[in-house]
Amino acid sequence: MELLMSVAIGILFSVGTYLILSRSILRIILGTGIMSHGSHLLILTMGGLKRGAAPLLSEQATVFTDPLPQALILTSIVISFGVTGFFFVLAYRSYRELGTDDMDELRGEEHE
Amino acid sequence: MDLLHLVIMAPFIYAGFVPFLYKEGRQIHTGWLVVMLPIVLFSTFARMIPTIANGETVQKDLAWIPSLGINFTVYVDGLALLFSLLITGIGALVVLYSIYYLSKETEALDYFYVYLLLFMGSMLGVVLSDNLGVMYVFWELTSMASFLLIAFWHDREKSRYGAQKSLLITVFGGFSMLAGIVLLQQITGTFSVREIIGQGDSITTHAMFLPAMVLLLIGAFTKSAQFPFHIWLPDAMEAPTPVSAYLHSATMVKAGIYLVARLSPIFAGQAVWFWLVAGFGIATLFWGSFNAVKQTDLKAILAFSTISQLGLIMCLLGLGSAAVYFGLEGNNVLYTTATLAAVFHLINHATFKGSLFMIVGIIDHETGTRDIRQLGGLMSLMPITFTIALLGAASMAGLPPLNGFLSKEMFFTGVLEASQLSLFNMQTWGILFPVLAWLGSVFTFVYCAILVFKTFRGKFQPDKLEKTPREAPFGMLLAPLILVALVVIFGLFPNMLASSLIGPALASILPQLLSPGEIFEAQLSLWHGFTPELWMTIGVIAVGTLLYLSLPKWIGLYRLFPQKLALNQAYDQMLIGLERRANQVMRLHMTGLVRDYLVYIFGFVIIIVGSTLFLSNGFVFETDHAAPIGVYEAVLAVVMVIAACVVIFSKTRLTAILATGSVGYMMALFFVLFRAPDLALTQLIVETVSVALFLLCFFHLPKLKKEGSSLSFKLTNLLISLGVGLVVTLVAFASFGTNGFEPISTHFLETSYKEAGGLNVVNVILVDFRGFDTLFEIVVLGMAALGVYVLIKLRLAKGDEP
Repeated sequence: MELLMSVAIGILFSVGTYLILSRSILRIILGTGIMSHGSHLLILTMGGLKRGAAPLLSEQATVFTDPLPQALILTSIVISFGVTGFFFVLAYRSYRELGTDDMDELRGEEHE
Repeated sequence: MDLLHLVIMAPFIYAGFVPFLYKEGRQIHTGWLVVMLPIVLFSTFARMIPTIANGETVQKDLAWIPSLGINFTVYVDGLALLFSLLITGIGALVVLYSIYYLSKETEALDYFYVYLLLFMGSMLGVVLSDNLGVMYVFWELTSMASFLLIAFWHDREKSRYGAQKSLLITVFGGFSMLAGIVLLQQITGTFSVREIIGQGDSITTHAMFLPAMVLLLIGAFTKSAQFPFHIWLPDAMEAPTPVSAYLHSATMVKAGIYLVARLSPIFAGQAVWFWLVAGFGIATLFWGSFNAVKQTDLKAILAFSTISQLGLIMCLLGLGSAAVYFGLEGNNVLYTTATLAAVFHLINHATFKGSLFMIVGIIDHETGTRDIRQLGGLMSLMPITFTIALLGAASMAGLPPLNGFLSKEMFFTGVLEASQLSLFNMQTWGILFPVLAWLGSVFTFVYCAILVFKTFRGKFQPDKLEKTPREAPFGMLLAPLILVALVVIFGLFPNMLASSLIGPALASILPQLLSPGEIFEAQLSLWHGFTPELWMTIGVIAVGTLLYLSLPKWIGLYRLFPQKLALNQAYDQMLIGLERRANQVMRLHMTGLVRDYLVYIFGFVIIIVGSTLFLSNGFVFETDHAAPIGVYEAVLAVVMVIAACVVIFSKTRLTAILATGSVGYMMALFFVLFRAPDLALTQLIVETVSVALFLLCFFHLPKLKKEGSSLSFKLTNLLISLGVGLVVTLVAFASFGTNGFEPISTHFLETSYKEAGGLNVVNVILVDFRGFDTLFEIVVLGMAALGVYVLIKLRLAKGDEP
């Protein structure tokens, strides 16, 4: 199962990278979202999959899944949500102000 | 802290007071307040002469950075004392001269004397430090002070060019010297010159011996303007004349000479040292004197003459190092002649070159020009100046009975003897030394004649001059008079220096030749019979006179040398080329396009992570402890991958947003399947909010237009993204396949209820075991919210109200 998930994670990373490399700002934001999904899944997979009951002690099971990666992912989901939200508004604002979403046109000015 | 430390620090301390003295005492020239210091220092050093002449040395320690072995150790022996006397003595005369040379009304005297004192102190530090680390600090300070002094008239472009050039070249040499010092320290374990010399033979067999020697020599050659690093010196002539006289003839340019002499006990006797020092010296001697003849500016003539004379001293030091090779056997006094001549000429050159520079300054001051094509016939107008110039130039040309004659004779003796040496391949190449030395002397004679006769004889051209020339004030003439008096005195009574200064200096350069307690008996005499050297001098005078008289006939030959091959041209081209290349490289990869930088970053991730996996055989593929694949998960995975790919191929933003959303919901379902209820809840909510946010702004979002990019653009993106995916997958395989340690989560599961009183272990970890993470995650969310608010509300573009 973990190996299948590894391949799926790899594909998510590929898609995320491809989108990040494109010229449209919207695609880049979607790409970062997909890439963070990939990393969340990676953390979960590396902790081992299907190793017992959910980590709720009321379950009365003998084996529980690892709770630590879940706590880490939970933190990460919230942070990436905050960052994505900020990034989204930033992109929206720059599109309104500058009138373009093409990264090729969004270049710094030549100094000198 | 000893008196000797105070002597070195005194100019620095005094320099701190100079601006106040300048501001408070505007009615008198600041120079009068400064001139006392070098005189006091000179007398301090003069009092040490008897001690040093007895073969004793003085050493005082002061801990500075003891853990690194860098201590401010002052060590006075013959060589250090000789240099200290030159620095302070000529320093006093130069300050005296500058009082009359620089106007109190128009010049920034406070800057001038601060820089000059800075230089004096650092130069004393260079020659008196026994510790190479400390010496390097002072060495670079002299470069800095010289840089500041050359650009004293910083509103002139040529001054700035000259200052930059000299700084670049001397600091290049300084850095290479630092590398040499570090290598020496690595070989011997100490920075102290005394201790390094004490280790003797064990150094010469070390593998790093040769690199250390070459690096140190580069430092010495750049500072002392040896070929091909001499090009900074003629451009340094943009400095005020007192500076040229002090730094660029008598003291700073001799720092390299000092270094070579100081390190001679370590390196002498080596064939490479002999050839490098003597070879570059003789080449510089010839090239400098050859080029001096074609100059039309008086200071340029003197600059090339300085280069040539420094080459002479350097060459003599190289030749003298051969004496060590023979050790104590045989008649080695014969071979020490060269070193003796080097030390003697060092003193002589400081005296006559200092006076000549001051004379040129006087001419410039009185006529308004230094161009020999505009000068002429000043002899009757400026008789005293003329006399000084004549004596100085005659000494430089090596005419009897002046001191230059003696050192030139000894120089000829040195090269003649060296050409007879039976070592270092001298049989084949040795003949070059006397030939080049003789030719160099002929050219020296010619430019000395030009210097004097083109200026003071010939037709007086008052219409070409800015001012009406008349004799300089006596105060201005005083310093060159004293120097030229020394020229005559040292010439007539050379032995008064022999035992007091030259002998101890020789003992420092060639300590191997002395048994303990012995001192050098240096003998100098004005007349030593009809020797080959005398005939060579007579030849120099005869051919030189002939060449000078026929000068207009052959001066055109210099035009045959192509300008493009000149070293200055090469230096300028190198600087321009360096800048252009750097610019090209920058423009090549700093395109300003975010995508390009991302390509570099991802490319490096692929290359570095991938090659590390490959090189360290880190790749593992094993399925032993993997969980079985379930149907649900497999279907979910396929759906998620398809949804992700839809984002890439979607033509409209709505499809793209919804496809991304479905990837997020698939994630939530995965969390359900993998027994993570809290994650599933959070993921569902976050994804819903994100999609809602996207859809809320849907109409304001840019349309997903067709990417009008080329195929190669897409192909690079495809390759890079496939590479990233592959690397991530391989890393996931590898890290899963290796058996690590047991997870620490059993601890959380056991203690969650007992210690924290919670049954939901994930939540207990978040708020109890690892509550700090949660705290700052809340901070992140809060900051993002504030940022979003500010982005939407704040408008500071022109005309907009915040």
